[in-house]
Amino acid sequence: MAEEQVIVGLEVHCQLDTKSKLFCGCSTDYRSDGPNTHVCPVCLGLPGAMPVLNKRSIEYAMRVAKALNCTVLHESEFSRKNYFYPDLDKAYQITQYDKPLAEGGYLEIEGDEGGEKRIRITRIHVEEDPGRLVHMGNAERGKYSLVDYNRAGIPLIEIVSEPDMRSPKEARKFLNKLRATLEYLSVFDSEKEGSLRVDANISIKGSERVEVKNISSYKGVEKALLFEITRQKSLLRRGQKVDRETRHYIEARGVTQSSRSKEQEHDYRYFPEPDLRPLHVQSWVEGIVLPELPDARRERFIARYGCSLNHARTLTGELRLANFFERVVAADPKGLATLADTWIADTLIGELNYRDMSIHDLAMDEKNTTGFIQLLGLVKDRKCYDKMGIDILRQMLDTVKQGRPYETPLEIMKRLGLVPLDVASGGTSPGGASLSETNPVTRAIAEVITEQPAAVEDFYKGKKGAFNFLIGQLMKKTRGCADPGELNRLLTEELQTKEV
Amino acid sequence: MTGHEITFEPDDPYHAFLTTCPRAPHGDGKLGGIAVAVKDNISTKGIETTCASKILKGYIPPYDAHVVELLRQSGAAIVGKTNMDEFGMGTTTENSAFGPTLNPYDTGRVPGGSSGGSAAAIAGGMVRMALGTDTGGSIRCPAAFCGIVGLKPTYGRVSRYGLIAYANSLEQIGPMGRTVTDVSALLEVIAGHDRRDSTSYDKPYSPAPRADISGLKIGIPQEYFGAGVDPQVAAVVTRAIGRLEECGATTVPCTIPSMEYALAAYYVTCTCEASSNLARFDGVRYGPAADTKKSWHEAYREVRQASFGTEVRRRIMLGTYALSSGYYGKYYAKAQIARENVKRDFTRIFSEVDVIAGPTMPTIAFKLREKSDPLSMYLSDILTVPANLAGIPALSVPCGKAGGMPVGLQIMGRPWEDERVIDVAYAYEQAVS
Repeated sequence: MAEEQVIVGLEVHCQLDTKSKLFCGCSTDYRSDGPNTHVCPVCLGLPGAMPVLNKRSIEYAMRVAKALNCTVLHESEFSRKNYFYPDLDKAYQITQYDKPLAEGGYLEIEGDEGGEKRIRITRIHVEEDPGRLVHMGNAERGKYSLVDYNRAGIPLIEIVSEPDMRSPKEARKFLNKLRATLEYLSVFDSEKEGSLRVDANISIKGSERVEVKNISSYKGVEKALLFEITRQKSLLRRGQKVDRETRHYIEARGVTQSSRSKEQEHDYRYFPEPDLRPLHVQSWVEGIVLPELPDARRERFIARYGCSLNHARTLTGELRLANFFERVVAADPKGLATLADTWIADTLIGELNYRDMSIHDLAMDEKNTTGFIQLLGLVKDRKCYDKMGIDILRQMLDTVKQGRPYETPLEIMKRLGLVPLDVASGGTSPGGASLSETNPVTRAIAEVITEQPAAVEDFYKGKKGAFNFLIGQLMKKTRGCADPGELNRLLTEELQTKEV
Repeated sequence: MTGHEITFEPDDPYHAFLTTCPRAPHGDGKLGGIAVAVKDNISTKGIETTCASKILKGYIPPYDAHVVELLRQSGAAIVGKTNMDEFGMGTTTENSAFGPTLNPYDTGRVPGGSSGGSAAAIAGGMVRMALGTDTGGSIRCPAAFCGIVGLKPTYGRVSRYGLIAYANSLEQIGPMGRTVTDVSALLEVIAGHDRRDSTSYDKPYSPAPRADISGLKIGIPQEYFGAGVDPQVAAVVTRAIGRLEECGATTVPCTIPSMEYALAAYYVTCTCEASSNLARFDGVRYGPAADTKKSWHEAYREVRQASFGTEVRRRIMLGTYALSSGYYGKYYAKAQIARENVKRDFTRIFSEVDVIAGPTMPTIAFKLREKSDPLSMYLSDILTVPANLAGIPALSVPCGKAGGMPVGLQIMGRPWEDERVIDVAYAYEQAVS
């Protein structure tokens, strides 16, 4: 039986990173301040207050529309979406309904079947964020909610895709590409908590569509979709049908749950917002010049720095990462390009992910960037070998994560007692003792051969794995402080000598 | 600015005021020291603003409406907040949650509405001028019923920032006064652009009312003298138009066929907008507090049921219904087409005449409780709503009496020609004084 076809479409809400709110002058920089401190009559919805459109947010939205290859409408219009909810102070949200800012575009992603795949964009519209409810107390007693209107009026764009994605992985790729594009346009900051929220429409071909709301993280989208696909498929396999419904994603438990509320029956009673005039942006949109976008930057990284396609994709897939890479390379354009490519795209990303950190956590303090450049310099100059370098990097990241005071790579090396072991020159130590006694590498080789007689025997029997095992033991003993090539050579020599 | 204040402790036998300011501070300027009353749907910082509704009882705005800022800057003394139909919904000021205002000419009659308190305060001699608001005739109707002058300016001429919205696309704040000169002076202070109201225009008003109207062409729409208009009122107004002709104007008969649907278009539009505007009154942030022991929607429902008056609830329900899915096209969308037709009729007529004149109201002031069914009340707005639908300036100036009660002559003009409308009223006032 053919695999059931999965169909996914996304509605992505992103906060535009403007200085002031969509319809008033209040600052959008509310996250570190107390509740209801970034408010005024307008965003509190006080009687008599009127909205005044923030031009910058429209400019931002038009940048997005252009970057996503959309057509910006000659005339767009704001409407009121009427519904009661305690976080909505006016009891209506000012949004765009039948005349959105832009329609009909696309975003290219790397498809599951390889190659570029176009995900069509249905529309982009601008709207205001509601306030936020903070639930207090617990179910047993003292259950109540407080309202914080700091978020009320933050500009949002809603980007609606066509149902063109065929797997949770494609959905994640779409989101990542979209995030990168928005960040390249300087209109969005993914690091800000709650700056992105996704509703996903998902169905198995031939069955009803389910809308999953309330997904507020990048990882959450893939998880929610995976859960929902499993749920829908198992319903179908048992001969049951999928109900057309709205479900909520419960982040903490990684599951979706039917919204028993009457939300689906909401009649929003849209009508044009009488306090705002229709928007005519035609000549304005023509004047907008876009910066370099992820695809262009990817190609440039390949051409200019010799990055592999995969590395270039990774590096340019996040604005801060791409900027970090170029900062590092700029420190020593000839020496570091190749090194930085693997070190950032593979090693650093891996270590960051392992620690649930982002490049922002590292790069927001300039010292760390400098430290990373110094580290690569040490690796380049063979003053520290890869394994040592990784240890140092791990220390650097742990230091950042734990908020400990900064140390330079050299300081870390010193603290850990990591010294590159000079095995090639073979000189005597300052004490004048013979090489075999003082050189830790020579000593380590001798120890390993003594401690691992079985592996040595296997080696002589011609088992290839045995040599690698011995090298591994040797690396451990020297804590990665010896040149791996030299180790290889010396061990081979030693084993051959013994055999004779 | 100097630290002056005036004492304002009127008897207020007509219940024109909801709030008075016994020591009203004022400065120097164009209106320096003049007592001005402000309708209670216009936000005044530090002074309770209720829209004559229980749901806003105790609400003290933390900010001034744009027009109030301008009044203060002009040196005016804001002496109190005037009674009105709740949220402006009514034609008699009987829909106030705090009791009706009485007509100073005959306390057995209504002052008209919804700016009845402002009109009565002027007619009763308590203030020289006042601010009213006009959504479908709410300045002109009480001006006509109380024998004073009231102007609904061109839509966008005066900032609505701080006006507690009832029907945003229709309403304007406007000046009311005993004379055309006072109305003109007050308009000068409040007109002009305000960046906080996106629908306001940069059209300041510099008054120089001129009584010279020779050569002026006045359109006389037959609908303003037809069925439903009290013949006595029509006769008084016809005589007044005769006086304008004596001043050198000529009259041209015209028709406004779109008036057939004007009232329906008006009531659909204003109730739709009102249903949305008034949704925010939920007892959470101001007004009588919602019961927090209940679920939020239950608490909202209780507060709204208990605190909105009958007419307000009726209009919220009408508007909610008309905007509902499946009905939008039938009602709201059609109302907008009818509205366009009204605008088009006015544009056509104004290509031939300079102003349009007729009665402000089809009758004289009603007796208290005379208009008990809502439909007959709505019908009395027929002569005033066209100007709101079209956004054009319209003014009511006293032009005599019928049955012992004042009658208003309504003068409508082209958009942004508030000056001309005022000139015509001034010419009339000069001719009869």
